[in-house]
Amino acid sequence: MAAAANPVPWQMNLGKGATTVSREIWDLHMAALWVCVALGVIVFGAMFIAIFRFRRSKGAVAATWSHNTLLEVCWTIVPILILVGLALPATLLTRKLYNTSGAQMTVKVTGYQWLWRYDYISYEGKPVTGVKPIFSRLAWNSNAARQLDSGINPDSIVSRDGYHDYLLNVTHPLVIPAGVKVRFLITGGDVIHGWWVPDFAAKRDAIPGIMNDAWAKVDKPGIYRGQCYVLCGQDHSAMPVVVKVVPRDQFNAWLSAQEQPATLDRAARTAQVGPRKPAPAKG
Amino acid sequence: MSQPDANVYYVPHKSRWPIIATIGMFMFMLGAANWLNGHDTAGQVILAAGALTIIGMMVGWFGNVIRESMKGTFNSQVDTSFRMGMTWFIFSEVFFFAAFFGALFYIRTFTVPWLGGMGDKGALTNGFIWQGFSATWPTNGPDAVGGSFISTSPWGIPLINTLLLLSSSVTVTIAHHALRAGKRKPLIGFLGLTILLGATFLGLQAHEYWESYVHLNMTLHSGIYGATFYILTGFHGLHVTLGTIMLIVMWLRCARGHFNREHHFAFEAVAWYWHFVDVIWLCLFLFVYIL
Amino acid sequence: MSSTAQAVHHEEHHQSFFERWFMSTNHKDIGTLYLSFSFLMLFVGGSFAMLIRAELFEPGLQLMQPYFFNELTGMHGLVMIFGVIMPSFVGLANWMIPMQIGAPDMALPRLNNLSFWILPFAFVLLLSTFFMPGGAPAAGWTMYPPLVLQGGESIAFMIFAIHLMGISSILGSINIIATILNLRAPGLDLLKMPMFCWSWLITSFLVIAVMPVLAGAVTMMLFDRFFGTNFFNAAGGGDPVMYQHVFWFFGHPEVYIMILPAFGVISEIVPTFSRKPLFGYKAMVYAIACIAFLSFIVWSHHMFTVGLPLGAEVFFMYSTMLIAVPTGVKIFNWVTTMWRGSLSFEVPMLWAIAFIVLFTIGGFSGVMMALVPADFQYNQTYFIVAHFHYVLVGGALFSIIGAVYYWLPKWSGRMYSNFWAKLHFWSSVISVNVLFFPQHFLGLAGMPRRIPDYNVAFADWNMVSSIGGFWFGATQLIFVGVVIHCVFFSKQKAAARVWEHAYGLEWTLPSPAPHHSFTVPPVIDDSQLAHGDVSH
Repeated sequence: MAAAANPVPWQMNLGKGATTVSREIWDLHMAALWVCVALGVIVFGAMFIAIFRFRRSKGAVAATWSHNTLLEVCWTIVPILILVGLALPATLLTRKLYNTSGAQMTVKVTGYQWLWRYDYISYEGKPVTGVKPIFSRLAWNSNAARQLDSGINPDSIVSRDGYHDYLLNVTHPLVIPAGVKVRFLITGGDVIHGWWVPDFAAKRDAIPGIMNDAWAKVDKPGIYRGQCYVLCGQDHSAMPVVVKVVPRDQFNAWLSAQEQPATLDRAARTAQVGPRKPAPAKG
Repeated sequence: MSQPDANVYYVPHKSRWPIIATIGMFMFMLGAANWLNGHDTAGQVILAAGALTIIGMMVGWFGNVIRESMKGTFNSQVDTSFRMGMTWFIFSEVFFFAAFFGALFYIRTFTVPWLGGMGDKGALTNGFIWQGFSATWPTNGPDAVGGSFISTSPWGIPLINTLLLLSSSVTVTIAHHALRAGKRKPLIGFLGLTILLGATFLGLQAHEYWESYVHLNMTLHSGIYGATFYILTGFHGLHVTLGTIMLIVMWLRCARGHFNREHHFAFEAVAWYWHFVDVIWLCLFLFVYIL
Repeated sequence: MSSTAQAVHHEEHHQSFFERWFMSTNHKDIGTLYLSFSFLMLFVGGSFAMLIRAELFEPGLQLMQPYFFNELTGMHGLVMIFGVIMPSFVGLANWMIPMQIGAPDMALPRLNNLSFWILPFAFVLLLSTFFMPGGAPAAGWTMYPPLVLQGGESIAFMIFAIHLMGISSILGSINIIATILNLRAPGLDLLKMPMFCWSWLITSFLVIAVMPVLAGAVTMMLFDRFFGTNFFNAAGGGDPVMYQHVFWFFGHPEVYIMILPAFGVISEIVPTFSRKPLFGYKAMVYAIACIAFLSFIVWSHHMFTVGLPLGAEVFFMYSTMLIAVPTGVKIFNWVTTMWRGSLSFEVPMLWAIAFIVLFTIGGFSGVMMALVPADFQYNQTYFIVAHFHYVLVGGALFSIIGAVYYWLPKWSGRMYSNFWAKLHFWSSVISVNVLFFPQHFLGLAGMPRRIPDYNVAFADWNMVSSIGGFWFGATQLIFVGVVIHCVFFSKQKAAARVWEHAYGLEWTLPSPAPHHSFTVPPVIDDSQLAHGDVSH
């Protein structure tokens, strides 16, 4: 259960993540980055050549031209072609990000100030009824350390697998099975939050009263960490997202152990923003 | 100094009015903010002082410009600057209303259908959060905020108001033509009629608000419909009020013979403004009342 | 009838301090007020930034409660945008546009005074919220509901302050439009105008089109908070995302309001010190116009993760990427202006070159985040923070400083100390990269923006960034010294044409420029235009 791609000290680049989509995004990111580096070399290179060759102190005499139609047409057309080259894969990938069909599992994610609530909605085509929601709060040791002048060194907060998980660990993580396409239904309970696991490339705003969705199919079991990314008030930095991906059989066993008499549930399947009233009269 | 020279630039004299204007605006905003936060007395006093300062500034500043104009201080270049100023001011006003129209269009095209279950996103939003809500318009949302209400029919007072404003645009144009033709009597008459039409519009609009609040339970609290309805018609009404006051000032100035056939920019500026509120109303009538 | 201008001229000699600075109808005095005000605000907003960087120096909370940190981030943004970048560009416009087009003053000088004096009052309202119950607004400069509605007494003050700032900038822009369209000297056709005037003409249209939209957005917020409406509440049929759409319809053009005048400044400085006409003048004008147009149809790229429909994501991705084309044209044109020139590296040129490099880096990260899937990993992280600080500090602020070094001798009639100005430059350009470049890494590693505390994995680059921040902040004190020395103490007189190859009407006036720039329209000599031959 290595924390494969969680942030590490001195990290400089995007991680490749743990899903097909996250790897494709990484490829796109790198492609765009190299395009930018290449353009930067050309533009800045030309500029520095100009700076060193055409100095007055070296006796350079200024030319007087100020137009070159061919050149101008070129540097309008070529960037367009480059952009088309980037836009095509980006469009296909965006479609993939939006394609939640064929999900074998649905989890509802609700952001509150300042914790995440997870409800299992359905699994393998069947509704999940008896499982209590998971309330995912900042881990207590992080919470103690994050207080102003707590005197606790954040570096001393270490998880069992040796990861320094200050502000990136929760009381109860979301548990999902490996190798299963999971659809996340994301909403907010009070203000706008943002649910994001970088390694899944699953990221959506959690907006009160509106339901968004995202998906991930994670093959490798492990603990994956992210954070709320939309400013949501004073403890915005203290509502991490932690997802524990476990092998499928292990998950099945865990889930059935969680199942409770169905009567407990009902309300858990909706996140109500306000008290419900009958439909309005038509004017 | 009677005939300004178009070949020499004109720069106005120093003026104390801008700084008074800013102090007035500051007090007005400070008072309003305090009042809203529940510091009623202090808020109201500061607000009133600010409002009085602004009114006094308006009288003083415009009076100053009118006196300068009557003395013939302004050359044609200054006149063009004034015209551009007014034109682009109206342009920015259009965008102020565009914000609220944009809000209305967004709500009606996207939000309400989603809440009511349209499309993939709507299916989730409606199915998991707002079961049982179906998209209609007018609506006060899934929670029926503000209780059930009835919206005004466009074919009563709003239609009359449309006709009133449309004819007021015609009368102000007739008055303008009369001014350019140097005919004093029709100028005074038709400008007066325009004011009357504007005032009647405002009276009917106030009546409609009263009816909506008292009999139809259609208030600011009536969900998104009440919110968009009152913010759009309310700001329009505010602009009509301003326009009517401006027309009254123009009427007084006409009566005093301030304008001649060539020199009447102030009149034209007010007429533009009046056409602008007229066009906004047509959009309101279409998008708020009818559709 | 030259008596009007002379009478005004005469009047200037007998004015008290109050009359001169509070009742002014003089574009130079009002320009000075704008620039001084934004200079002051730079240090107010900068001190917030120093506190932010101090808290972020190490993981854990050392200095402040998280809520106060949120107040600082939001107010830092509001102050820097509305109190520094915008007013300082308006100040430059006030000083330079009448001089560059051969006018005596702005078209509507009293309105000009009103535009300025609204600002200090607006910032009194805004900054006073720090001392109120519930503190200052703590929902970021974007003020998203519903979070912003949880604030205390500050909300009303913030909203009214924004209304005032909006009125100020709308009136200022109307004035600039009227000045440029109406007061150009005979023979100075629109397509002979200096680039700075062009950039401001187009910017002004953006301002009068979008500031009212911001006013509308915050007005709805006011109603939701105090009058029980449900604009941003789904239970009542509203939508919090609707605010974001309206806000960013303002917000994206606003971004260009802060960068287009910078393009103008750079297009003035680069040809001067390359001793060569600006390459592709007309293309530059069209590129600015094109960027301005596109700015109205890209706003949702700030909201790629709010759950837009797929079609909207793709449309806004394409339109956003298109902006790279005219922006690229501008950068290529600047570089080509330098090519085969006869370059010298006086202080303004150094800032202009730094602008081109830093702004281009910001532009590159902009193209990267235009790609929807990639933006899913960048959105609301420090990658974004790095991006917009590269374009706003390395871009807008650097161009403003460059403009001050370019025109300050013209304003004051004195030269500044080259040594200290160069020290200011080198110290700034190194520290700004130490400050902001590591923030790219932090964002890519997954650090969200607007957090006072973070995991230890982010500690190292944050410390580097903070060190760069303190260094950059301290460096700006040199700037204060250089400006004060130049204006009040410098003994070195500046010539009328301060820079040997500087063309344009402003250089035909003596230094310091006379109180009213031109009393009669000057004669336009096409060979003296800054951008050379315009006949093509």
